[in-house]
Amino acid sequence: MTLPDPAVLLPRMAAELTRHLQAHRIDTPRFVGIHTGGVWVAQALLAALGREEPLGVLDVSFYRDDFTQSGLHPQVRPSALPFEIEGQHLVLVDDVLMTGRTVRAALNELFDYGRPASVTLVCLLDLDARELPIRPDVVGQTLSLAPDERVKLLGPAPLALERQALASA
Amino acid sequence: MTPNDAKRPLQLNDQGQLRHFLSLDGLSRELLTEILDTADSFLEVGTRAVKKVPLLRGKTVCNVFFENSTRTRTTFEMAAQRLSADVITLNVSTSSTSKGETLFDTLRNLEAMAADMFVIRHADSGAAHFIAEHVCPDVAVINGGDGRHAHPTQGMLDMLTIRRHKGGFENLSVAIVGDILHSRVARSDMLALRTLGCPDIRVIGPKTLLPTGLEQYGVRVFHDLAEGLRDVDVVIMLRLQRERMQGGLLPSQGEFYRLYGLSTARLALARPDAIVMHPGPINRGVEIESAVADGAQSVILNQVTYGIAVRMAVLSMAMSGQTAQRQLTSESVSEEQI
Repeated sequence: MTLPDPAVLLPRMAAELTRHLQAHRIDTPRFVGIHTGGVWVAQALLAALGREEPLGVLDVSFYRDDFTQSGLHPQVRPSALPFEIEGQHLVLVDDVLMTGRTVRAALNELFDYGRPASVTLVCLLDLDARELPIRPDVVGQTLSLAPDERVKLLGPAPLALERQALASA
Repeated sequence: MTPNDAKRPLQLNDQGQLRHFLSLDGLSRELLTEILDTADSFLEVGTRAVKKVPLLRGKTVCNVFFENSTRTRTTFEMAAQRLSADVITLNVSTSSTSKGETLFDTLRNLEAMAADMFVIRHADSGAAHFIAEHVCPDVAVINGGDGRHAHPTQGMLDMLTIRRHKGGFENLSVAIVGDILHSRVARSDMLALRTLGCPDIRVIGPKTLLPTGLEQYGVRVFHDLAEGLRDVDVVIMLRLQRERMQGGLLPSQGEFYRLYGLSTARLALARPDAIVMHPGPINRGVEIESAVADGAQSVILNQVTYGIAVRMAVLSMAMSGQTAQRQLTSESVSEEQI
């Protein structure tokens, strides 16, 4: 199975996100991308929607639940949310959704900044391997991988998905 | 490989990650840079409304201070709390040692209380190293200053200060001024500067306050302040350690200030954009003029802020390295049993 081209998925996602936000009567959401791939996807979505606005960036390393197992990534980028979280409608964007643990960490971090009015979850690819009750509102494509396979997003321009074999640990 | 393998430095685990933080001696430039990078990201946490991340949730950090300290103790406490650890601070100088309990017994008791990490300050050089090696090898030990030997977190916060204000170390002239002999800060700074590639490290002080063997640090020694300060980018002033000085080393405080005090006029000999640092507490009018300490070139209070971020970095890295080591050890033990 070949991996989809993000350039094909993004316009569809933008349209679906617009419908979703309208259905939920959300006029002015703020976009937050999860570092690094989620930030690229969020930027591409904003461009597809014709919006120019500051994007929030979240590095969830300090909030991960596997810190004692895998250690701290040395180059944690500072999270930067250039707007109030309190009372805000947010669109949280990640590249590849797998276990849901990254999204769990991102939600915890967001709530340390304030209480958002709502969080809409958008992801480019859903690998359908959730370990937590988390579900995306807008998805580019869902696909299943072999157990020893992973997908990585390359970017920021152009965006491309790459299949990777998991090193046998 | 056993935990006491002589080939592996005590501070590192089998994967080369930090596991204790005792001295900057023997740590690579990559590791020091990793500490600085991690501290940089923790600085941002200090600007948030909720200044806390859950990295060390459920862990217990024990600050064991056998020697008085305000700044180091409070910034270690704050660092551990911002990582969501539970923090206990013991001023042992005022408790059990006065009842005759040994260092060994005090620490074993704390270990029995399931502490995950010790931050140790002690007046004897080598105390933290002793504890990491012999007393509690499974607890991550952080040196918060031992005798005249080392104060590695102060050294790293000084490096973070320099990197944030000067961008790097490659083209810098850095002068360390004052009582080098009694200063663990000076030793840690010299080691860190050298490892990080600073090409011109100068040490300025009277002969009686300079230790022997300074050559091994790759520094240039000056006895004349004006000569040593010429065109430097960074001036690190040291506190005159009056309580450690037992006669004979100095004629008087007044004379020390006249010869080695940093005044506005003397600072003018350094580069116009030079920064002035001091580990604190400052003795105004003893080693530094008030106008300099409070002046535009002073970054003394920035150092305190950076100190929290550096300590957060060291605490989290050592905790993760120690945990990883425990897993490695238990895996190799269970393999042997098979």
